[in-house]
Amino acid sequence: MTGRVEGKVAFVTGAARGQGRSHALRLAQEGADIIAVDLAGQVASVPYPMATPEDLDQTVKEVEALDRRIVATQADVRDYGALKAALDDGVAQLGRLDIVSANAGIFSFGRAEELPEQTWQDMIDTNLTGVWHAAKAAIPHLRAGGRGGSIILTSSTAGLHGYENMAHYVSAKHGVVGLMRTLALELAPDMIRVNSVHPTSVDTDMIQNAATYALFAPDLDEKDRTKERLAERFQAINALPIPWVEPADISNAVLWLASDEARYVTGVTLPVDAGFMAK
Amino acid sequence: MPGRVEGKVAFITGAARGQGRSHAVRLAQEGADIIAVDLAGQVASVPYPMATPEDLDQTVKEVEALDRRIVARQADVRDYAALKSALDEGVAQLGRLDIVCSNAGIASFGPADELGETTWQDMIDINLTGMWHTCKAAIPHLVEGGRGGSIVITSSDAGLKGFPNLAHYVSAKHGVVGLMRTLALELAPHMIRVNSLHPTSVNTDMIQNAPTYELFAPDLAEKDRTKERLTERFQTLNALPIPWVEPVDISNAVLFLASDEARYITGVPLPVDAGFMVK
Repeated sequence: MTGRVEGKVAFVTGAARGQGRSHALRLAQEGADIIAVDLAGQVASVPYPMATPEDLDQTVKEVEALDRRIVATQADVRDYGALKAALDDGVAQLGRLDIVSANAGIFSFGRAEELPEQTWQDMIDTNLTGVWHAAKAAIPHLRAGGRGGSIILTSSTAGLHGYENMAHYVSAKHGVVGLMRTLALELAPDMIRVNSVHPTSVDTDMIQNAATYALFAPDLDEKDRTKERLAERFQAINALPIPWVEPADISNAVLWLASDEARYVTGVTLPVDAGFMAK
Repeated sequence: MPGRVEGKVAFITGAARGQGRSHAVRLAQEGADIIAVDLAGQVASVPYPMATPEDLDQTVKEVEALDRRIVARQADVRDYAALKSALDEGVAQLGRLDIVCSNAGIASFGPADELGETTWQDMIDINLTGMWHTCKAAIPHLVEGGRGGSIVITSSDAGLKGFPNLAHYVSAKHGVVGLMRTLALELAPHMIRVNSLHPTSVNTDMIQNAPTYELFAPDLAEKDRTKERLTERFQTLNALPIPWVEPVDISNAVLFLASDEARYITGVPLPVDAGFMVK
């Protein structure tokens, strides 16, 4: 039985772990081959450990275990030349491009007037400019295919709503919505669809770390900031009685948007957020 | 291989033809049994021919051809008791309720200051109050099941934006967004999700008729209002170069929201609109 994205090729940034790995696997489960990119390294302003080359290798293993092909390259979405080279190489090997999951992103915190210059810049460069870079590199390949395509930008509830302590993250994630809307208009004549997904907290290394716990429960002593206590805090934000969604929940939304079932869905902000935005 | 809503029961209003029939068929294809309701009759203020009992019979045939069960009843969503009675009977026969497609709706036109009292009232009663009635009847069954559930309310791009000559339709379609948001909050503790769909023009009898053609091309002589000429007009509204979407495109969105793939999506207005909203 053919998968829902059978025979298609998907470009996934931030694919070494977390949501990106999940998207790579979900799309592969449904018949796609994968071009995977990740910095697989640390950015100094990010207060939690980021992905490693071993993480990216693990994503490769898991996709190949599904009998799909994968081309994986370490590349920094801030470096357009490197990103484009990685994508071009992937398309040359796999033969086409249909889907783009611009997922790579970082997280850091601070009061708006206290954020250091570098912290701000890293965030904008990765979470906004890096998303533009991924789309920019992909567009010629999508157009060359003449089959339309689907670009999915990972924003956040922070792309639709303000949050304290992350002015740079909120700005970048809001910016991604604007980018999505313009791309949707520019690429519509080519039947290339562009949408954004807006997760609430997702159960990955980006939130399950001491720095994020301190942000969500500053009133608790460090020793009291356990996953169980933090789960209560995270849950209070959502409408559905859950603290966080799983990466697979975002992947299912990416899959739907990538598939022909959503062939006329474009320019849409899609929250996968346990009702956060409705609250 | 189990379908994406295997073993579930879906309640669909306006199921005799158009989008409603399409939802019944799509959900049945993916393993659901159907409780189908339709007025299957004419409302005087509606300027195009509405569904008939024969249409509802045809929906029954098509669902049964997929080896799924269907309980179909003629009922007016404006009549709470009749609607509730039809649903209760369907649940008694099919054993459970999981999904609600609040889809029944009408269209009519006129400038805001010239709309007749009955024309306004019929629209609010069907396109807004009828939706509340549908949800009200369903909620006890969903809560009793203890398995959560998914309510999908059919709004429109007119639920997010204004259109001339449709003040009553726009008001009702905006109203259901509010209804959706409140229901999402009230039902969240039960893990019952509530979302709204916002189609652009859909290729059904609701738009393929002389009065709608006149609305979209008032400058053309009646003899020149052919489907080809109207296709151009409809297409200018959308970003993607298509005049309208097919009922199945809305059904694919219903299916996604009804399925466990969207288990944490609630409170979301989801356009399926060829980029109309982003233009």
